[in-house]
Amino acid sequence: MNPSPDNAKRASNGRGPADAVDYELFLHCVHCGLCTSSCPTFTELGDENDGPRGRIHLMRAVADGRLEAEGPLRRHLELCLDCRACETACPSGVHYGRLVEPFRMAMETQHRGLLGRFDWFREIVLFRLFPYAGRLRLALTPVVWAQRLGVWGLIERLGLLKLVPGRMGEMVSLLPPPVSGGPRLPKFLPAKGRRRAKVAFFVGCVADAMFRHTHWATLRVLQENGCDIVIPDGQGCCGAIHYHAADSDGARREADANVAAFDLDDVDAIVVNHAGCGAMMKEYGLHWQDAQQPRRQAFADKVRDVNEFLDALGLVPPPGAIELVVTYHDACHLGHAQKITEPPRRLLAQIPGLVVKDLPETEICCGSAGTYNLNEPGMARRLGDRKLENVVRTGARIVLASNAGCLLQILREIHEHREPLVAMHPMDLLDLSYRSEQPTLPEAKGL
Amino acid sequence: MMPTTLSPLVRELRAALGPGQVLSEPSDLVPYECDAFTVERHVPRAVVFPRSTEEVVQVVRLCGRHGASVVPRGAGTSLAGGCLPRGEAVVVMLTRMKSVLEVNLRDRYAVVEAGVPNLALSRALAGTGFHFAPDPSSQTASTLGGNAATNAGGPHTLKYGVTVNHVLGLEAVLGDGSVLRVGPVADPGQFDWIGLLVGSEGTLAILTKLWVRLTPDPADYRTLRVVFNTVDDATGAVSDIIAQGIIPAAMELMDRGIIAAVEEAFHFGFPLDAEAILVIEIDGLTAGLDAQGRRIAEICRKWNAREILHAADAGQREALWQCRKMAVGAVGRLSPSYIIQDGVVPRTKLPHILRRIAQIGQAHGVRIVNVAHAGDGNVHPILLFDERDAREVERVHAASRELLAECIACGGSVTAEHGIGVEKLPFMSQLFAPADLAAMRRVRHAFDPSGCLNPGKLVPEGETRDG
Ligand SMILES: Cc1cc2nc3c(=O)[nH]c(=O)nc-3n(C[C@H](O)[C@H](O)[C@H](O)COP(=O)(O)OP(=O)(O)OC[C@H]3O[C@@H](n4cnc5c(N)ncnc54)[C@H](O)[C@@H]3O)c2cc1C
Ligand code: SF4
Ligand code: SF4
Repeated sequence: MNPSPDNAKRASNGRGPADAVDYELFLHCVHCGLCTSSCPTFTELGDENDGPRGRIHLMRAVADGRLEAEGPLRRHLELCLDCRACETACPSGVHYGRLVEPFRMAMETQHRGLLGRFDWFREIVLFRLFPYAGRLRLALTPVVWAQRLGVWGLIERLGLLKLVPGRMGEMVSLLPPPVSGGPRLPKFLPAKGRRRAKVAFFVGCVADAMFRHTHWATLRVLQENGCDIVIPDGQGCCGAIHYHAADSDGARREADANVAAFDLDDVDAIVVNHAGCGAMMKEYGLHWQDAQQPRRQAFADKVRDVNEFLDALGLVPPPGAIELVVTYHDACHLGHAQKITEPPRRLLAQIPGLVVKDLPETEICCGSAGTYNLNEPGMARRLGDRKLENVVRTGARIVLASNAGCLLQILREIHEHREPLVAMHPMDLLDLSYRSEQPTLPEAKGL
Repeated sequence: MMPTTLSPLVRELRAALGPGQVLSEPSDLVPYECDAFTVERHVPRAVVFPRSTEEVVQVVRLCGRHGASVVPRGAGTSLAGGCLPRGEAVVVMLTRMKSVLEVNLRDRYAVVEAGVPNLALSRALAGTGFHFAPDPSSQTASTLGGNAATNAGGPHTLKYGVTVNHVLGLEAVLGDGSVLRVGPVADPGQFDWIGLLVGSEGTLAILTKLWVRLTPDPADYRTLRVVFNTVDDATGAVSDIIAQGIIPAAMELMDRGIIAAVEEAFHFGFPLDAEAILVIEIDGLTAGLDAQGRRIAEICRKWNAREILHAADAGQREALWQCRKMAVGAVGRLSPSYIIQDGVVPRTKLPHILRRIAQIGQAHGVRIVNVAHAGDGNVHPILLFDERDAREVERVHAASRELLAECIACGGSVTAEHGIGVEKLPFMSQLFAPADLAAMRRVRHAFDPSGCLNPGKLVPEGETRDG
C-alpha cells in the first residue's frame, strides 16, 4: 500500500475526503458486523466492501492515510444507497449518514477537480431541471402528450425508449403512467369543521411535477383533519438533489430560500408528504455551521412528515370502506432517516375494511434512493426486482409508500413486469376513504 | 497501488471462479484484515466468493497447490478472531451461498447453504409454527455456517441446547479438496462427524451445506424482567430457581453498566440505578405457565427483587429481547473499543466470579460491564477501552488474562460459545494436557494434511508442525 494522503489533500485545496469527516464519528463503530445483513448492497453482493462496516473501515483507512479515495474504493462508496438501514440496525448508534455524506461530497469534488470534465447530466438535468417543478413539467410535456394520445405505448413497444442512452434513458423509463395532476396549488386552504391546527405545506420540485395529485390528496386529508393550510410562495427544492450530488453550496442556497419563505411563528408545523424532502429538511441544522445555522435549526425543528403529524394530532376516522389487501413499504428516508415506521401503519389501520399485510424485507431499499437509480441502474434494478417480488408475495393489490422516489421506482417495476398492482401514497388512499371512493385497480392476472 | 501483475494464485482463482468472484486489489482487501475482534489485523492475499461446493473445492485445491492458507468467513462477527488471515491467506466468503434450499415441515428439517444468515432462515420459517432454536445475539447477521463452525449458543441454549444439537447433516470440503457428506439420517455405524465438525472453527473443513433441525414454536411463553439492587441477589435468585427444578427457556443477566448503554439505545425504561436485571423466559403449554411464573417471582422476591415486570404482550417481549440481544453492540455508546470475554463457570460460582471481575477491573484500572447467560453460568464481561491508547490496551489484556484464569480456577473454561479463534489460543495449554493437544493435532492432520485450513486457530501449533 502506498499511503500518500498529501496528494489527496492537495488536490482539493486542503479539504479532501481524508479530513472531511469528524474522526470521532468513526470511533463509535466497534466493528461488530451486526449491520451487514440490513444493508441492501451487502445482501446482494456479500462483499464487506459493499457493506456498512466495510465502508466505514475504508473511509477510516483513507482518513488514516492508509488508502486513497479512488479506484475500487470510490466505486464501493458510490454504490452505497445512503439508505441508512445500517443506522437502524446499529446498536452502537453510529451516524453512518454523517460519515458517508461529507466523505462522498469531498471525494466527488476532488475527483471532478482531477478530471476537469463537464457532467452535462448533473449540471443541466439534475441542477437546472429537476429542482424546478415548472421547468420539469414543461420538459415532460411531449411525454405527457404522447401518453394522452396513446402513442406512448407504441413507442415503448417498438423499443424506441431503449435508444435513449444512459441516465437519460433510465429517467425516461421511470416516468409514471399519466395521471391528471390537478390545478396549481392555492396559497391558502381552510380547515373543515373545527380548526385543530395551522400548518404550512412544503411543495417541493419533482414531487410537484409528478405527484401533484398526491399533493391535492394530502391537502384534502389535512383539511378533513381540521387544518388551516398555508402554502408560502418563494419555497423551492428542499436541496436534497444538490446535496446527494455533492453540491453542498447549491443545497445550502435552496435551504436558505426555504427558511426565508416560511413564517415559523405563524404555523404549528411545516408539513411535508415526501420522505426524501422531509429527511433533508430535518437535517438543515446539521449540514452547515455558519451564521444562518440557528435559523435553519429552528426551521428543521418545525418540519413534520404528514404521517407523523396526523398520527400525533389524532386522525379523524375516515368513513369510506376500502375492502382491499394492501401492503406498506417503509421508505428509507422515513423509516431509517426519520425513524417513522408506526404512524403510517396506524393511520392506514383506520380505513374501514382495509387489510394491511406485512411486507417481507420492508426495511430494505427499493433501489430508488434519490437519484441513485439514475446513476447506478444495475444495482437499482436488482433491488427493484427484489422489492417487487416481496410485494407480490403478500398478495396485495396496492403498495403504499410515502416517498416520490420509491413510488416512481416501484411503479416502473410494476409496469415492466406487468403486475396487476398499483403504487400510491398513503395520503392518496386516505383521501379516497374520506371521499368514500374506491381506487382504480388494473385487472388481476389470469382472471 | 495497483499490482502490475497478478500473482499466479490469483490468476488461477480468477480463471476458476470468474473475475467477479475474486478480490485482489489492495484496497479491496483491507476490510478483511479483521472480524469483530479488531485487536490483531492482517491483510489477506485475496478474497474469493464461491457460489457452490464445487467452487469451494477448486479454491481449496488451488490454495493447497500454492501453499496459501484458506480462511472461511461468513458474516465476520467472530469475537475471537476466527477469521483473522494468517500469512499468505485467501479468505473464502460464504456469503454468496445463501439459498434456503428446502424447508421440510413434515420431517422437521431445513436444508441451507452455509452463507444463509440465521435470521433469514427464521424469516423463511415465519408463520410455519417452527423455528431454528440457536439464537446467538448476533443472529440478525451471523450465518448458519458460522454458527455451526463456532457451535454458537444463545439465551435459549439453557433449555434448547447449542448449535450442535440442531445440526442433522452437513456437506463439507476437507483440506485436500475432498467432499464429506453426513446425515441427515443418523447412521449409528459411523463416527460422530457432526460432533467433530460443528465447533471446529474452520480448521477441519469448510462447511458448505447444512441440514438443520426445526423446532416447534412453544405453545406459549411468559417473559419477566426482574430488577435487583445487588448483583449477588440476582445471581442468588438464578441458582435458586434452577435448584427448585425449574428450567426456564432463558435466564439472562445485565449489570448496571450495560443497562445504561441499552437504555440509551432502546429507551425501554430500565431503571438506571439498578445493579442488576434478569430477563427470564419460560415456555411450554399454557396450562401451568402462570403458576411457574408466580413461583419464579416468589423466589426473586425472596432474593430482594425490587421490581418484577411481566411482559404484557408479544410486542413487549420482542422489545425486551431486542434490548438483551443488542446489549453487546450497544456498548459502542460507552467507549470506542471493547473486548467481550466469554468465560463459563459452574452456576453456583456466578456470584463469586462477578465479584472477582469487578475487583480485577479495579485493580487494572479497566472499566468492565457485564452481560451473562446466567442460567448456564456463562459470563460475558465487556472490557472498555480506547484502541488508540496502547497502555490501556495492555491493561485490558492483563485484566482479560486474569479473569479468564479465574474462570479456569473455578472449574470453568475460557469460552462457552465465542470460540477459541486466535484470542484464546494461549489458554489451550492451561485447559488441556499435552497429550490432549497432540490428539487434537492428529485429528486436524487427518482432515487437513497440508495444514492449509484456518491455521493458527483453535489448536495451538505443536513443537513440530504436523504435515
Ligand atoms: C454483538 C455480538 C454478539 C454475539 N453474541 C453471540 C452469542 O450470543 N452466542 C454466540 O455463540 N456467539 C455470539 N457472537 C459471536 C459470533 O456471532 C458467533 O460466533 C457466530 O456464530 C459467528 O458467525 P459468522 O457467520 O459471523 O461467522 P464468522 O465470524 O465469519 O466466522 C466464525 C468462525 O467460523 C469459521 N467459519 C465461518 N463460516 C464457516 C464455514 N462455512 N465453514 C467452516 N468454518 C466457517 C471462521 O473461519 C471463523 O473461525 C456474537 C458476536 C457479536 C459481534
Ligand atoms: S456500524 Fe454499528 S453495527 Fe455496523 S459494525 Fe459498526 S458498530 Fe457494528
Ligand atoms: S446507507 Fe444503506 S447502502 Fe449504504 S451502507 Fe448503509 S445500509 Fe448499506
